[in-house]
Amino acid sequence: MNTDLVMYEDEFKKIDEELQRLNQQANAKITFLVDKNGQLIASAGDTHDLDTTALASLTAGNIAATGGIARLLGEKEFSILFHEGERDNIHISLIAQRVILVVIFDQRSSLGLVRLRVKKSSEVLTKIFEDMVAKAEAEKDAGLDDSPFAEISDEDIDNLFK
Amino acid sequence: MSFINYSSREINCKLVYYGPGLCGKTTNLQFVYKKTNPDQKGKLISLATETERTLFFDFLPLALGEIKGFKVRFHLYTVPGQVFYAASRKLILKGVDGVVFVSDSQIERMEANIESLEDLRINLAEQGYDLDKLPFTIQHNKRDLPNVAPIDEMNKLLNPNGVPWFEAIATQGTGVFETLKDVGKQVLVELKKNY
Repeated sequence: MNTDLVMYEDEFKKIDEELQRLNQQANAKITFLVDKNGQLIASAGDTHDLDTTALASLTAGNIAATGGIARLLGEKEFSILFHEGERDNIHISLIAQRVILVVIFDQRSSLGLVRLRVKKSSEVLTKIFEDMVAKAEAEKDAGLDDSPFAEISDEDIDNLFK
Repeated sequence: MSFINYSSREINCKLVYYGPGLCGKTTNLQFVYKKTNPDQKGKLISLATETERTLFFDFLPLALGEIKGFKVRFHLYTVPGQVFYAASRKLILKGVDGVVFVSDSQIERMEANIESLEDLRINLAEQGYDLDKLPFTIQHNKRDLPNVAPIDEMNKLLNPNGVPWFEAIATQGTGVFETLKDVGKQVLVELKKNY
């Protein structure tokens, strides 16, 4: 569980495609995917005026707090959260118990449509993340050592903090 | 648990400032926020009560620059220090890459420091982390106040393993960046070890 999340170009493309498709089919404004620790993985839709970094961190905080409540009540987790606003609504769901899928939509869509599409996309995304974890583990076992981080020098690190 | 994205060539790491109530965790983040270039930082998010006590967390994303073509980002979090927010505190530690313990140097807060450090150790253990194996820096804050404990005594009480430590006056910024740099370096060295 405590392994680093590593994402390569291939997986990113697949995830990105799925998010674009979901955003379009659910008639949503913005769709994005966040790591449980609050780091943004990918997004689709009009994120131009939005501070997605802050949004990602707050969403993860939200899920973490709700998870805390769930455990107090003897539930494993609440896998779906929904917030209704005057204009925009947010649908948040947990995928593969590891990542958080967020869909922001307004009156041009509906909760029913979003739920349906999210359910379909969840299956696709779950598969992608399972493959991703398997790949990362296989590479770690194989000891593939082409990581750029192995060559980080103390000087590189010092330069960063000038 | 850092997040390495080969697609956008980014490394994201999570740093958590821990410590007893009113020790200056939020003040640390506010100073960092004030003194960084606008293009290096995101918004400082504070989930606080009406009396400006941290309720859930403060959050500040910082972009430091590049290493080997990868953008290095640190996500700085504080925990709510007050004892009764224990449940929230645990949640913030999820996926942490490095910890700063901010201690309050006033003699009358020494017990609160010890209690908070113990709380940190327990909460980390619950998530499967060992404080002794994590990048960890201690900041003895509020050194400008009249009733502070001698620094040797503070280290004896709070830093028996001799991890890197700094004296600070967070309200004036003294020691704030020194602390951040130290823990940041430790996190990157750790990353280098693991890959």
